[in-house]
Amino acid sequence: MPSQKQHLQIRGTQINYFFICHTKLWFFSHNIQMEQESELVSLGKIIHKNSYKREHRDFALDNIVNMDFIRKGDFLEIHEVKKSTKMEKAHEFQLLYYLYYLKHEKGISNTKGFIDYPKIRKKQEFELTSDKEYKLEEIFEKIKEIVASDLPKPIKKPFCRKCAYFELCWV
Amino acid sequence: MTRKNYYLMSDGILKRRENTVYFINKDNKKPLPINKIYSIYAYGSLSFSSQVVNLLAKEGIPIHFFNYYGFYSGSFYPRETLLSGDLLVKQAEHFLDFEKRIILAKKFVEGAAKNMMKVLAYYNVDNPIKEILSELTDCDVITEIMNVEGRIRADYYGRLDEILPEDFQIGKRSRRPPENMINSLISFGNSLIYSTTLSEIYNTQLNPTISYLHEPSERRYSLSLDLSEIFKPILVDRLILYLVKKRMLNENDFEKDMEYCLLNENGRKVFLKEYDKRLKKTIKHRELNKNVSYRRLIRLEAYKMIKHLLGSKEYKPFVMWW
Repeated sequence: MPSQKQHLQIRGTQINYFFICHTKLWFFSHNIQMEQESELVSLGKIIHKNSYKREHRDFALDNIVNMDFIRKGDFLEIHEVKKSTKMEKAHEFQLLYYLYYLKHEKGISNTKGFIDYPKIRKKQEFELTSDKEYKLEEIFEKIKEIVASDLPKPIKKPFCRKCAYFELCWV
Repeated sequence: MTRKNYYLMSDGILKRRENTVYFINKDNKKPLPINKIYSIYAYGSLSFSSQVVNLLAKEGIPIHFFNYYGFYSGSFYPRETLLSGDLLVKQAEHFLDFEKRIILAKKFVEGAAKNMMKVLAYYNVDNPIKEILSELTDCDVITEIMNVEGRIRADYYGRLDEILPEDFQIGKRSRRPPENMINSLISFGNSLIYSTTLSEIYNTQLNPTISYLHEPSERRYSLSLDLSEIFKPILVDRLILYLVKKRMLNENDFEKDMEYCLLNENGRKVFLKEYDKRLKKTIKHRELNKNVSYRRLIRLEAYKMIKHLLGSKEYKPFVMWW
């Protein structure tokens, strides 16, 4: 019997890109990656590398989710480190997806999610409610649809110029 | 993007110490900071260890090798990290589907020809290239397209003689070996642009062996041959005209024999220096509305191909607009 597991071939980054740009989501999902040359991405990596060095970092599961760090206590804390609060929704759902993945794939549900912004010394807590779970499942379906269709025409957005895909999209 | 090309003109050793590569020749020891290298062009004979290769592979840096005569020998092409099975399938589809292949093959010829016309227009030289090019419409096999391309190029080189001073006339295009000074400059420049284009392709998900105008069986990274066609007039021919007309090169920069004529070390130095300057030179890109270097233009050409193959935007070859 087909189970929900099929949905969860989706990678955390895809959830993130779903909120940012469908063209980027499509390229990334078809392994046309651009991040290796972007200065902003490099900056993000440096922040990642130099923050929370004492934590248990880079916890990856099944090649699908890649948590920045986790902390064990009464709850399992899942932390995602981000540079700025600009793409809040994308960050939130990427994190919630990790919680969802742990719950449904690994049977771990006493979790808490945090997004940390080391540059502005801010931390936000998120919870996986049944509302959000439902929303995530909707997103899974939409992502699958986008990836299976033709490349979506790019739509000009204010942050296009900073995106690693800018030239590929607009040349 | 501060990475640059390193041109190693003399014989020497590449050594790795920690994460730095050093070029050691008889005169000195020069560090090549790993984060600053884009590609290495080796014109002297080079010794290096596998540690160097491992580091360059990790950083995705190719080395292009040229033999004693300055001809392209081959490249150290690091392990591919940018792989897209979906794009590869599309690339193959556009080769196997004959109509799709023809479309792309014609675009390369068209782009090259239009850029040749721009070069000639700059010097006010009348030419029939436009008319020859229009015959492309009726071509339905690759050999016919190649034929049109050949006639355009023959006419073009003939016209360049109208611009060139007497001692630098092309006469007849001779390749291996080039028989006079200008032929040797063309050969030298063409193998250089081939390598530059290969470096750009390496940094994309395109597979360099599947090509459209040239046959993939050419035992070369033939996609690089396809894309180079467009940039030869812009980056090589204009540079040669510049060097010759400014008298920056003369008889003393060549090594001559009965059958061949080749740039000597000093000649290569002058050529490579000016070539690199051109790669770095920027222009304001019309669509992107930002400054891009000539080197980047080659990359953008690869991006345009990717979009053509994915069916999102028809490929239009780059033509100088100035």
